[in-house]
Amino acid sequence: MNTFISRITIAALFSGFSLFALAGEMRDAGGNGGGQNKIEIKDFAFNPQSITVKSGEKITWINRDEEPHTVVSVEKQFKKSSALDTDEEFTITTGAPGTYTYYCSVHPKMTGTIVVTK
Amino acid sequence: MNDHNYIQHNHNSDGIDRRGFLRCMAWAGTGVLWTVSGGILASKTLAEIAKAGSPLPKATDLSFLQISDSHIGFSKEANKNVTETFKIALDRINALPMPPSFLIHTGDITQLSKPEEFDTFDQILRSCRTKDVFYVPGEHDVLNDGGKLYRERYLKNVEGKGSGWYSFDKNGVHFIGLVNVLDLQAGGLGQLGEEQLEWFEDNVKSLGVDTPIVVFAHIPLWTVYPQWGWGTSDSERALGYLKRFGSVTVLNGHIHQVLQKVEGNVTFHTAMSTAFPQPAPGTAPSPGPMTVPAEKLRGLLGLTSVQYKQGNTALAVVDSNLS
Repeated sequence: MNTFISRITIAALFSGFSLFALAGEMRDAGGNGGGQNKIEIKDFAFNPQSITVKSGEKITWINRDEEPHTVVSVEKQFKKSSALDTDEEFTITTGAPGTYTYYCSVHPKMTGTIVVTK
Repeated sequence: MNDHNYIQHNHNSDGIDRRGFLRCMAWAGTGVLWTVSGGILASKTLAEIAKAGSPLPKATDLSFLQISDSHIGFSKEANKNVTETFKIALDRINALPMPPSFLIHTGDITQLSKPEEFDTFDQILRSCRTKDVFYVPGEHDVLNDGGKLYRERYLKNVEGKGSGWYSFDKNGVHFIGLVNVLDLQAGGLGQLGEEQLEWFEDNVKSLGVDTPIVVFAHIPLWTVYPQWGWGTSDSERALGYLKRFGSVTVLNGHIHQVLQKVEGNVTFHTAMSTAFPQPAPGTAPSPGPMTVPAEKLRGLLGLTSVQYKQGNTALAVVDSNLS
């Protein structure tokens, strides 16, 4: 058990994220973009606005607007996207269960929620 | 002629009423020429200024020009050649009988904050006869680096504080350029922030009440339409510091259309874009770029050459474009 905990601690230190963080990572745009958990950004909104996924699953945002948007965790719990131009994608792999809120830092009225279950 | 949205009868000798004037600006406003005379600011469209017989600013007056939202790098349906429309805007400025003293660019120079977009903008701007330009950033200029590149390029002539705000004086008029597009909070609007507000309060503290004030920033400093984020959450506090002044003019961009409001001694005004129009508040699912028929685009950007060359009254321009 001690070994298990220390492994997690070390992993957390190396990754730079807290134990409760989502493991955010950029993926190249293109392909089918990481599975069925897709959030479309359209008309200055995240659709669906709230999504429930299992821990370890990926989520991909795709921007369908002619305006650049970003995906930024309110509590800085996962890596933020760069500005996504039209049809560009951003993918994260979800981590620990919990509720995560995010927004577009360019248009902060745009907010969304990720619910991660076990 | 059955469109009752527009003026059909001219009852005034100047041929322009308020609605007609704003409509004219919407069609003709490459930029808006602001003149300061005796502490009062008045705006005229470029088409009006260029028109033979229009009164020009006196030699002792200060004239400057606001351009906004050039979005260099944008190439979508709403305008596939924003570089060209920006060039045309500069051509119109160069054609003015009396060049403005300086330009103010109220942000969104670029579409995606890319160095090559800034390069293109700078290169085109070299063709402008008026060399003195003051900037404030739009959210499109600070996308991935918090505005570092923007500040390196566009604050050379001013003493920028914090994330790039500053003030300067011209002919007795006090100008303040503010930054309200950084560190935006989830669910919120544009934001000035504590540090900038404290600087602002201090900046105007020692000015006499008769000093004309011009404040400019990208996102409107008045609440135009919060549902679309068209406002600044803490602008009320900034405006509070200006209550004692006799003449305050607030110039903004961001919403790509002319809107004006007068509140006490404060005149709020938003400028046209040189790139693409955006819908009137609440009239579309989102505030994104508005695609209009090709023949209407330049009109909405104020670049309709017909009205300019013909030297018609503003009303004639409006009528011809609606037909």
